[in-house]
Formats: sequence, C-alpha cells, structure tokens
Amino acid sequence: MFLEFFYNLRARGVPVTTHTWLALVDALARGLHNNTLDGFYQVARCILIQSEAHYDDFDRVFAETFRGVQADARNLLSQLEEWLRDPKSLEHLDPELRAQLAAMDLEQLRRELLERLEQQKERHDGGNRWVGTGGTSPFGTGGMNPAGIRVGGGGSRSALAVADARRFREFRRDLVLDTRQIAAALRRLRRLTRDDGKLILDLGETIDATARNCGDIEVVMNPERHADVRLLLLLDVGGSMDPHAELVSRLFSAAHQGGGFKELRSYYFHNCVYQRVFADAAFTKPVSTAELLKTLDSKWTVVLVGDAYMHPGELTMSSGDWWESARGPSGLTWLARLADRFPRSAWLNPEPPSLWRSGTIAEIARVFPMFQLTLAGLDDMVRHLRRPALSSERRNRVATLARGR
Amino acid sequence: MQSFTGTSEYIVSPELARAVDVAVALGRPLLVKGEPGTGKTLLARDIARFFNTPLERWHVKSTTKAVDGLYQYDAVRRLHDSRFGDGEVRDIGRYITLGPLGRAFARDERLVVLIDEIDKADLEFPNDLLHELDTMSFTIPETGATVSARQRPIVIITSNNEKELPDAFLRRCVFHWIDFPDRALMTRIVRVHHPDAEERLLVGALEAFYALRSVDGLRKPPSTSELIDWISALRHSGMDPAKLLGAGLPFIGTLLKKEQDIDTAQRRFNATTARAGRS
Repeated sequence: MFLEFFYNLRARGVPVTTHTWLALVDALARGLHNNTLDGFYQVARCILIQSEAHYDDFDRVFAETFRGVQADARNLLSQLEEWLRDPKSLEHLDPELRAQLAAMDLEQLRRELLERLEQQKERHDGGNRWVGTGGTSPFGTGGMNPAGIRVGGGGSRSALAVADARRFREFRRDLVLDTRQIAAALRRLRRLTRDDGKLILDLGETIDATARNCGDIEVVMNPERHADVRLLLLLDVGGSMDPHAELVSRLFSAAHQGGGFKELRSYYFHNCVYQRVFADAAFTKPVSTAELLKTLDSKWTVVLVGDAYMHPGELTMSSGDWWESARGPSGLTWLARLADRFPRSAWLNPEPPSLWRSGTIAEIARVFPMFQLTLAGLDDMVRHLRRPALSSERRNRVATLARGR
Repeated sequence: MQSFTGTSEYIVSPELARAVDVAVALGRPLLVKGEPGTGKTLLARDIARFFNTPLERWHVKSTTKAVDGLYQYDAVRRLHDSRFGDGEVRDIGRYITLGPLGRAFARDERLVVLIDEIDKADLEFPNDLLHELDTMSFTIPETGATVSARQRPIVIITSNNEKELPDAFLRRCVFHWIDFPDRALMTRIVRVHHPDAEERLLVGALEAFYALRSVDGLRKPPSTSELIDWISALRHSGMDPAKLLGAGLPFIGTLLKKEQDIDTAQRRFNATTARAGRS
C-alpha cells in the first residue's frame, strides 16, 4: 500500500526519490505522524513534496491510493506500527542495506494489506462503496471521517477530505500565474559573460598581487560580468489574439522588467510576419523585416508569440499580406527566413497543443519549435533556446522554404 | 521532543506545525514558501521563542554569497594593518568573522537560523550551501580551522519563488507552502494582534477583507499583514463597522498597494453599493 503510494506519485510525475522516501520512513519510525492518517498525510507531504505545484498531484494520488482504506484506518495504522518496529532496530546499518530491507518490508506489508483489504471489502461493503463514490469529497461536508480519525489541533477535516478538496489546484505548473513568474522563467535565458565589459577592481587578486609585490599596491582590474543575451520579441496582435491580450501583455512586461537582457527589441505583426513588422501595436511605425534579418546577427534569440491561426492563404499566398498591395514572398517564406537566420528561435502559442495538429498552426510548428504560453511551456522553451537541438531535416526544410520566391 | 504548536502570538495550521516537527526531528532545513505577508519570516522568530533558543537571522540579498553566511575574511583590514603596522598580522584568525550560520554552528546550545529570501541570491547560492547544511560543518581555508555544529541548528529557509531552487537542494529540505488562512484561522490570527478590538469591528473588517480578496483581477491581493494594519487604522479612526463596505472601504491604501488595484476594487464596490441603493 505504502510502496504503491510511492509509485503512484511517480506515475503522476511527482519527482519522489528513494532519498526522500527513506526520509519519510525515518520520520514515521520516529512516530512523527502521531499514529493518525492525517499525521501521515502531513508528514508525507512535507517530506516528499518540494513544490506547491505538486500539492495538487499529491492530494489526488493520496485520495486515490488511500480511499479504500478509509474504513480500515485503525487497522492500517497498527500495520504501519508493526512494520515500523523493524527499521528502528536497523538504524545502525548502512543506508543502502537499510534501503533494501525497507523495500522488502514494504513489499511484504503491501501484500498483507491487500489481502486484508480484500476481506474487508466483503465484510464492509456498504462502507467502502460509500467511501469510494464521487470525485468530490464525501468527507468534506461531514467534517470528520467515520473511523474517527481527525486532524490534530482542533481542525475537523480528515486527511482524505483535505486531499479530496484539491485546494492547491491553482498552483499547478501548467497554468500561467503572474508576471513575476514569467520573469523568473525568462531570467533563466540570460547568460553571463566577461567579454568587453567595463573594468572593475578585483579585490582578492589585488591583495594577492600586492603581497607578491612585497606590499606595494598592485591593482588588478577585471571586466565586469554582464548579461549577454539579446532578445527579439515578435508579437501577434488583434483578431483571434484578442482573448489572449492580457496574457501576452504580462509576458511582454515580464520580459521588460525582469529579463535582464543585454538588449530587448519587440515588434508587432498581425497574423503573420511579412515584409514589415511594426514598432507599435497600432501599426503606424513600420520596420522592414529584411532590415531586421540583415542588421541582427544570428546570436539573437527570437521569440514569436501568436496563435498561428489564420486563413491558409495568409500563410502561403504571395499576396497574403493585406497591408501591402504589391506581391512579395509569402508569410511562410518570411517565417522560414527568420527561423533560418536565428537558430535560437521559438514560437509561443497561447492556444492548447490539442489544436496544433492541423491547419496553419501545424505548418508553422514545422518551421518554429512551438511551445505553449504557460509556465511549463516557458520552461521548455527556455531549455530549448539555451541549447537548440534542431534535426537536420527541420533545418533543411526551413532553408528550402526561406529561399522561396 | 516537544511538538511545535505555535505560541500565543503566532498561530500555525496543523500542517505547518507538523512540518516544523519533522524538520526538527530529522535535522533537515525547513523551506517555507507562500504569498507575501503570510508570516514566513515571523515563523522563525516564533520557533525560537517556542523552543526558547536564540535566533540567528541571515537576510539574503542579490549580492550575497554562500560563504558570507559561514565566515568572512577581512583581507582589506589585514592589508591595511600590514602596511601601517597595527596589530598581529600573522594571526589570520583575527581577520575572520563568523557569519550567521557559522555562529550557529560554533555555539554550544541549539539555535534557530533563519535564511531569509534565499531566492534573492544567485542561482548557484543554494548549491554552495548543500554540503554545509548536510554535514553542519565547514572548514575555513585561510586558517585550516573546522567549525562543526555541536547541536544541529534548526534551519528555516524562506523563499518568494523568484528563482527556482535546485533539485538537489530541495531534496534535502522539508517543504511547506503557507496557504492563505481561511476565515476561522484568520479570526484567530487577528485576535492575537488585536486582543481588545470590538467584535463587531473584526467581523465587519473580515467580511470586507474577504470580499476584497475575491475581487477578480487584483494584481496584489491584500494579505494578513495588511489586514492587521488596516484594522489598526480603523480602530484609530473609530469607524462604525456596519458601514465599512458602504463607505467605499476607508484607508484602502493600507490594503491595496497598486493604483490599478484600488481602481478595480472601487469600481467593483461602487457598483455593488449603487445596486443596493436602488433596490
């Protein structure tokens, strides 16, 4: 049962390690859970979970794993007791051996518990069924569970009710929270270098050199460390992007306030990038895209933000640009030129990936690696931009598209 | 070992109390995160008071290095002394000052050490402390002396989530997220700070406070510390508690710190009052 809990957590992507698991075993052996299921919930959560983003997953796994046990909680706890008596005497063994023993005991315990639960099911059918029904909490309303186990310290919510209530849903990582978190994510893009910075006094080196110089002051200067990432942001505005305006503006302000980039430029486009992008969201100050391609070197990091959703013609037809009467290269060509010029580039899409498989979104995702505009997506994007791994197939396709007439 | 229960001046949830117990028993650092103003920093002070031990505070800044918490070697003063002939320059020990963590290790009794806002420092900072927190000892290369803790200090670390902490570091910590207090817990907390406040005022203030927190689109919703300040302001002014919401929330500046939020809240509450007035 307990080992099952461990694997269920891992199966849900909660990074529980043997290291933390052994710490939990240790804590339980010391009786820190006060022999209550709620105590077990609290001890397990504070040791196994290291981020509020995983509280929700923890709650769900806890509820799933221990739901059936509810009616049999007293029994479960006495089993836990019994099992814990062993590791106490094993404390002086070396950790690895102890780990093996602990795992073995757990396995045995699990089997016993499962057997017991089988019998229990037959005898207490009503109780278990009652416990098992419903995704929401049958205990939350009642305030205590039938086995009489309660939270210490005056509260009356049982651990399962707490777990079932899913209070931590909002901390999940796949939701974007606020500017600060976006900034924290973007900050990881920055790289520091000592190239061509202004000189500052290196105190330690100065003293060292002075000592070698028989006490005559010898000043040592070193270039200062400074940020070396230049970021070009291209933002899609208007039309189908309107519902996402708030989110994009948060990303934008985060990049400006917290990015710590050496240089940050941002331009706007509508639906797709063509001959010109615009320095303002009202499309009054045009900047030639070709000029950008020429003046910015390939070390620039380029992030495009948009839903990549448009009429197919806007992407592939040479007259797709409705700002321009003269015919020019198609939108796809312009995008490919950007991708070709800047290997460190990515597309952030506020729409969920379930919509990416078809239409213009799929087409653009073949040019730019696409990430969702959520915290998890941003993390992935930053990881990609730090070390872009593009298949040669993708590079060839982009290069071919970029040559398009 | 005594279980932590909070003190008369600091109310803890059962989950947090348990996390403190676990951290103390296992000798692991307790990492506390949570919304600003939920009492992360005060927790350390309260644990020290509860266990009746001294508290060492280490406030981390963006320029703080891990070694600063252990010791500092004042090379400049030594250089100065060597040039102008003051004191015994050969004794490097005279130029070593222990930092907060170093002092906690060196003491005979058990201490509480607060490492406040660990996320302010450089990304590598937590990694640089891994070994010291694991073994609770460190060596000063300048003198070759080893400082090791006679009693493992209770280490409380707070973070505001500005930077992600490295996994290896997290794995060694007991973690607790201070959830925003529900109304029952909040009433107890407020009582601690305003023991002699009028019941009607507290009920009215909490009512208004939770109404304000539920307003959509606030960039920085008010927290516990702001509520406590606000109640102080209300008590000073002798406001009639029944009229709090109707009066368009007096002293709103103590609750909301962003102009935009004040606008949002006022628009929302004016709309409510106007509707109530018509009916």
